Amino acid sequence: MNSKTLFYILKRILLAILTVWIVITVTFFVMHAVPGGPFMSEKAITASAQKALEAKYGLDKPLLEQYGTYLKDIVTKFDFGPSLKQRGRVVVDIIMDGMKTSVKLGVIAAVIAGVLGIVLGAVAALRRNKLIDKIIMVVTTAFVSMPSFIIGSLLLVIFTIQVPIFPANGALKGGLVLPIITLSLYPMAYITRLTRSSMLDVLGQDYIRTAKAKGVSGPKIIFGHALKNSLIPVITYFGPMLAYIVTGSLVVERIFAVPGIGKAFVKSITDRDYPMIMGTTIILAILIVIMNLVSDILYKIVDPRINLE
Amino acid sequence: MEKPLKPFKAFSMHVDLDAFIPATEEDKKYMVQMRPSSTFFRDGMKRLLKNRVATVSLIIIILITLSALFIPLFWPYGYDQQLGLQPGKPVDPSYGNLKPFCYGKTEQERMEAGEKIFPHIFGTDDRGRDYFIRVVYGTRISLAVGFFASIIVLIIGMTIGSIAGYCGGAVDLVIMRIVDIIYSLPDMLMVILLASVLKKALGNSLDGTVLEKIGSNIISLFIVFGVLYWVSMSRLIRGQILSLKEQEYVLASRAAGAKGGWIIRKHLLPNSISVIIISTALQIPSAIFTESYLSFLGLGVNAPMPSLGSLASDALNGMSTYPYRMIIPAVVISLIVLSMNLFGDGLRDAFDPKLRN
Repeated sequence: MNSKTLFYILKRILLAILTVWIVITVTFFVMHAVPGGPFMSEKAITASAQKALEAKYGLDKPLLEQYGTYLKDIVTKFDFGPSLKQRGRVVVDIIMDGMKTSVKLGVIAAVIAGVLGIVLGAVAALRRNKLIDKIIMVVTTAFVSMPSFIIGSLLLVIFTIQVPIFPANGALKGGLVLPIITLSLYPMAYITRLTRSSMLDVLGQDYIRTAKAKGVSGPKIIFGHALKNSLIPVITYFGPMLAYIVTGSLVVERIFAVPGIGKAFVKSITDRDYPMIMGTTIILAILIVIMNLVSDILYKIVDPRINLE
Repeated sequence: MEKPLKPFKAFSMHVDLDAFIPATEEDKKYMVQMRPSSTFFRDGMKRLLKNRVATVSLIIIILITLSALFIPLFWPYGYDQQLGLQPGKPVDPSYGNLKPFCYGKTEQERMEAGEKIFPHIFGTDDRGRDYFIRVVYGTRISLAVGFFASIIVLIIGMTIGSIAGYCGGAVDLVIMRIVDIIYSLPDMLMVILLASVLKKALGNSLDGTVLEKIGSNIISLFIVFGVLYWVSMSRLIRGQILSLKEQEYVLASRAAGAKGGWIIRKHLLPNSISVIIISTALQIPSAIFTESYLSFLGLGVNAPMPSLGSLASDALNGMSTYPYRMIIPAVVISLIVLSMNLFGDGLRDAFDPKLRN
């Protein structure tokens, strides 16, 4: 790793921190643009009760001071304040509760998408223009064009009602199978297409021809030379894939009633539980920013020739 | 009729006077290129129409758009018309949840009397509203959102991208840093955040305007597209302009005294038009995706106005009894997005000179 790469990594980290700060700031001020402020419920309360509430949550202070406190609490204590609708619980606890299920869901979906996508993409590239390639391309094109809520709902109709193999409730045993399939289909299709096109690109390179001319065996060329190099562009998709899985899990968890962070988030939106909306947005945003950072840095380390500017 | 040169005369310094005789009409005709020159646009269209997948996609898009525009004009039912609801009478429950091609009680009576009743092709929903016309209106909303969101992205991205590319230097640096930051924001979360707040923040200020029917959520979608999604478009256009502005004709234009804005409008943008059209075409399905996603989460259009996403979301409750109510909007939305993606790909293959074989 040379100094240029180090400088790039440092710059990327600074940009990531800046991004997180902007997300927090935007979230805070957007939420406070709501008439009455985020901590006020819609029920009518007496003036004195309102005063007491405002004093309790520090809402009587000037906006900038509130912002400072909010930012300080996040940075020093990772505290996003109390939930408005679930009395006596703080936002972080609710999110961490949901995280357990959601992380399991997301990680399994990502692994399935990655492994299957790379295998299918490589097969399609090696059998270019054969029947199997055409089938893979048609199917992946269809999956890329279907919103996740539609795939999820169709799976729900087919496998819980028509052919009841899996439970419709994600909290039950085996209930995570369908949500995982739903979440992994789109990234899998995307990775397949990505791997295929980059593999085709690599297979046309001179060093593959050289290897062939030297008499290197077919599998060794594919695994030792072609596949390794064609996976480089796939790394860049890690960040966007996580963003997709995070946002996709919102609808998937709603469809399959999975008790995860996505369901909690959607519920907080319909409940207008503003501190919860703020907290979830910020935590998910931090996750996505970190993942983008990691995939960008990995990309740079794996192939230092690439100029990402 | 060319005369063969005499072998040694070719190298002699003597002037051959024969070479200066005016050309005959026949000679002139011979020199003229016979094929009419083809324009860039016509060339691209030819390639596009040769691409069967793209042509079929285009036909599907046109058919869907035309039916979304014109079917509501003559359809006898409205999208929010509850058929069981007659003025002065209690709601007729026989109109709710009709199966396709079934009729309500009063309609059956009228049919027995010999009257012709327009069929409910997709049946009715739980409130007795004709489902077909709701799907048509939903398609209308989805298409409109996709189209307008792309236009917003196009205008903002084009303006900022061309300014950054043309001016260069400090202006470019500042704009590109802002682009970097916006690019790294998680867009979907920001859309959800704004959509969940704007409804309350806008309050009743939309009442009485055209925008009231589509609702504040769609407005916030437009705002978010305007604020966040222009970055990739502006990056693209900046790159184009950066390479184009070094061309000689730009220098010539500047030497002739043209101002920056004029050069951008008359030289640089027309020359990057293929990139602009292609990325706008590919922006539409992504906007439709976003809208349906938000509608599904309940952050889309205001009821009773339907969108394809909200229709699918509503159908989730009656899933086991009426699966077709889920499948119809699902098929329409997938068809729109699929054909737009394929058409956009075809457009790129046909018009992007860099990818031309």
